[in-house]
Amino acid sequence: MSEFIKHLFRLLLLLLSQHFLLYQIPPLHHTAVPVLYFLFSLWLPFQIGRAPLLLLSFITGMLMDFFTKTPGMHAAAMVLIGYLRPFLIALLMPQQGVEFNYREPSAQSMGMVPYISYVAILTLLHHFCLFSIQAFQFGDMSYMWLKTGISWGVSLVLILSIELIFHRKQKFLTNT
Amino acid sequence: MRNLFAFIRRYFILLLFLSLEIYSFYLLFRYNQFHRAAYMDVAGEWTGKLEAKAQQFTLYFSLKKENEALRHRLNILQNQLSQNFQAPDTTAGTLALDTIRIDTLSQFRKYRYREATVVNNSVNLPNNFITLHRGRLQEIEPGMVVIGPSGVVGVVLDVSDNFATVMSMLHRQSRISGRLKKTGEMGRIEWDGADPRIVQMKDISKGTQVKPGDTILTSQYSDFPANLMIGTVQKVIAEKSSNNFLLQVKPATDFSKIQNVFVIENLQRAEQEELENRNKEK
Repeated sequence: MSEFIKHLFRLLLLLLSQHFLLYQIPPLHHTAVPVLYFLFSLWLPFQIGRAPLLLLSFITGMLMDFFTKTPGMHAAAMVLIGYLRPFLIALLMPQQGVEFNYREPSAQSMGMVPYISYVAILTLLHHFCLFSIQAFQFGDMSYMWLKTGISWGVSLVLILSIELIFHRKQKFLTNT
Repeated sequence: MRNLFAFIRRYFILLLFLSLEIYSFYLLFRYNQFHRAAYMDVAGEWTGKLEAKAQQFTLYFSLKKENEALRHRLNILQNQLSQNFQAPDTTAGTLALDTIRIDTLSQFRKYRYREATVVNNSVNLPNNFITLHRGRLQEIEPGMVVIGPSGVVGVVLDVSDNFATVMSMLHRQSRISGRLKKTGEMGRIEWDGADPRIVQMKDISKGTQVKPGDTILTSQYSDFPANLMIGTVQKVIAEKSSNNFLLQVKPATDFSKIQNVFVIENLQRAEQEELENRNKEK
């Protein structure tokens, strides 16, 4: 399977499961909203340029907005994490050249602790951005903080369990 | 000018980020507060179809609740049918339902329906019983009759506090008084214990015009309310030893699929029986 089709498939799966599954869970709905669709941006290859990364994140956000009928809301949050992702990767992986050994960020390619902090920080940023925009619309700050915190925890647990269940195979790239 | 280009090239990513972010917020405020129509039209077209499909799936989860609510409603409506009321004086005119909350017709009420769920059922024994999850505490008494959504089911035989056993039509001692819809001939519906898809109707004299496909309803002499569906004639057999036909009847109820039933109480039965027994003692 080519890389392009793989990413396209992943994008569709994430968007559809986000809208039809995670946004439909009633008992968690008011304070804990698991949000996973932004994993698409987190799992894009290391080598992708910063401009394409930003544009892809924006498009992902717009597609999500397409479903939820809130144009710009998810897109704003996605653009933010698309912009910050390269800085975070540079920060968490200071040793030169490691990112060229593997294609995508994962626990295998980055190491467990850097990868978890990478995911956790971007998830927190995304949720904060998303929910503050939502709160902007609906008001009440303390509720927004509570929602960000709880949703962050729930999403993180879900992401890590997805990593454990659907193991992404990473090929070790060599120059030869 | 060159400095400007140099600046743009230097901070291209940051500028792209800022412009996309600004564009997002522009969309957010423009569409969410003012007119969403243009965006919504396209989005509605594309995602609406998907959502309709997804709705079909999610509907399944609420089917049970929906079904219960429907049956409850049906029960209420069924109790309001005018044929449940039978006044001794039929010249008083047709009974009409009105919107008064107090049931002024209760003295004429003959049948009361109660819904019940089937929790156990058999069809392949010679004597089949159905167990209902509704019993003495829920106002079920022996002798009440049971109908399903498509036709006659049986008679309540015994009750415990919360359950009731029903002698189904597929029981060798089951006797139901039936009537040919076309000619009005009365007969007795029995079961010989062989094929659960076929019951027998007896006591139809050979002079009667009867064809396969004819409808058989409950007669007004039975414990069932009159004119309930029993089944359709499948085969007409002339008994050699008697002057009667033996009709093979296909029951309207599929006994192997029965899930929800109504138990019908005949409120005027006790009085009628008392009078009839008094005549016998004389």
